[in-house]
Amino acid sequence: MIRLSIPLRQALARLSLPMLIAAAFGIMLLGKADTLLVERARMMLADTLMPVWSVVQEPVGAANNAVREAQTLWNIRAENTRLREENDRLHRWQATALALESENALLRRQLAWVPDPAPNFFTARVVADGGGTYARAVLLATAVQSPARKGQVALDERGFVGRVTEVGSRSARVLLATDINSRIPITLENSRARAIMVGNNAARPRLQHWPEGQVPREGDRVVTSAEAGAFPSGLPVGVVRWTESGAPEVELFARIDRLDVVRLFDFGLTGILPPESVARPESRGRR
Amino acid sequence: MKPPIRGRTEPPAGLLRRIDAILRGAFPILVTLGLIVLAAVPLGAPGLVMAVCLPTVFFWTIFRPSAMPPPAVFCIGLAQDLLTLAPLGSGVLVLLLTHGIIMRFRGLLVRQSFWLVWLVYAAVAVGAAAMAWALTGLLSWQLPPTTPAMHQLGISVGLYPMLAWMLTRAHRAMQNAEA
Repeated sequence: MIRLSIPLRQALARLSLPMLIAAAFGIMLLGKADTLLVERARMMLADTLMPVWSVVQEPVGAANNAVREAQTLWNIRAENTRLREENDRLHRWQATALALESENALLRRQLAWVPDPAPNFFTARVVADGGGTYARAVLLATAVQSPARKGQVALDERGFVGRVTEVGSRSARVLLATDINSRIPITLENSRARAIMVGNNAARPRLQHWPEGQVPREGDRVVTSAEAGAFPSGLPVGVVRWTESGAPEVELFARIDRLDVVRLFDFGLTGILPPESVARPESRGRR
Repeated sequence: MKPPIRGRTEPPAGLLRRIDAILRGAFPILVTLGLIVLAAVPLGAPGLVMAVCLPTVFFWTIFRPSAMPPPAVFCIGLAQDLLTLAPLGSGVLVLLLTHGIIMRFRGLLVRQSFWLVWLVYAAVAVGAAAMAWALTGLLSWQLPPTTPAMHQLGISVGLYPMLAWMLTRAHRAMQNAEA
């Protein structure tokens, strides 16, 4: 130890607090001037203490798990009752569904109904948003020999997304239902009234041109209509919502702002598109 | 040169005794640093680190100032600032000023009952929280929200009795060992 005279030591002790306060100000300035240094010091300290924390975390995690387990056990009765009720309800629905199915089959037999062909579809990954001519469109990555064609219908796992408008050799562009250029013929499922769903570049497209006297009601399910031969009927689209200003909009089932993967369905409908644009792009020898 | 003293000399300070004394002197700082590290474990209770620093510095400054010299306060403040996301230096300054003020009045405080000390601590904590808030605002040049500061103040004041109980026991044990 360094031996200092007593007065010197006392003077040092008296001076140390002001000096350290000055040092604190210095550190503040340093932290303001060199944020990177502070960041590095923080990370270094955290790295050093990580083993300690991971050891401490073990009992804490165990205690948390025990508490959660106890809560689950505590709630198991209520959960059980709830599940039993739900099961009863679902059984009732299942019975209804089975009855309806058999009735449907019977009626179809009576009518000599020609069933819809099962559409073939393939899945493509969304690689980019926006761009191109349209404000609300997504770009899909497709394989070189992919069956992507114009006019195919894109659905995500919940519902209607849009329509393929352009096809390249490795990509396809889907015009979303929210785009301002999008016009989708729809049916209101309750009243069977036809209407047009018009995109407005906002999250919810508007409804227009519904038959007089059959105003769309809040909460009506909206499905596509086969009018104009562009879409098959009955694809799930969304639910009617009235805005505060009094305009009917469609809250889409599809999560259009977070598209990852879409399914492209080929219903073989040529609809609005002229026949040559539906034909294979590679057969035209342009691309 | 002093003349050599005849008779029985004091037994030389053995290694163990010296280690014992050094450890006892460093105990408060080590415990405080340990508490800070433990308080930094993410438990879902934010603001625990600061709520641990202030009471320990406050307690040791009153009851055992020799174990909590300004450099130790400085180190604790630095550790606190590095472990939390507070602007570097603000915690150091707050703790040092608290230490200085308490040092001045410790003659009065050391003889008071627990409740009064707690009350004083609450007042100090309010001051410290206000100062930390102001410093954060000054250093980041925007008004920080007051809710976290209040939350932290509440934890800090509420945690004091428990910490004080633990530290009092440690203090008694150390006094017994020294007697």
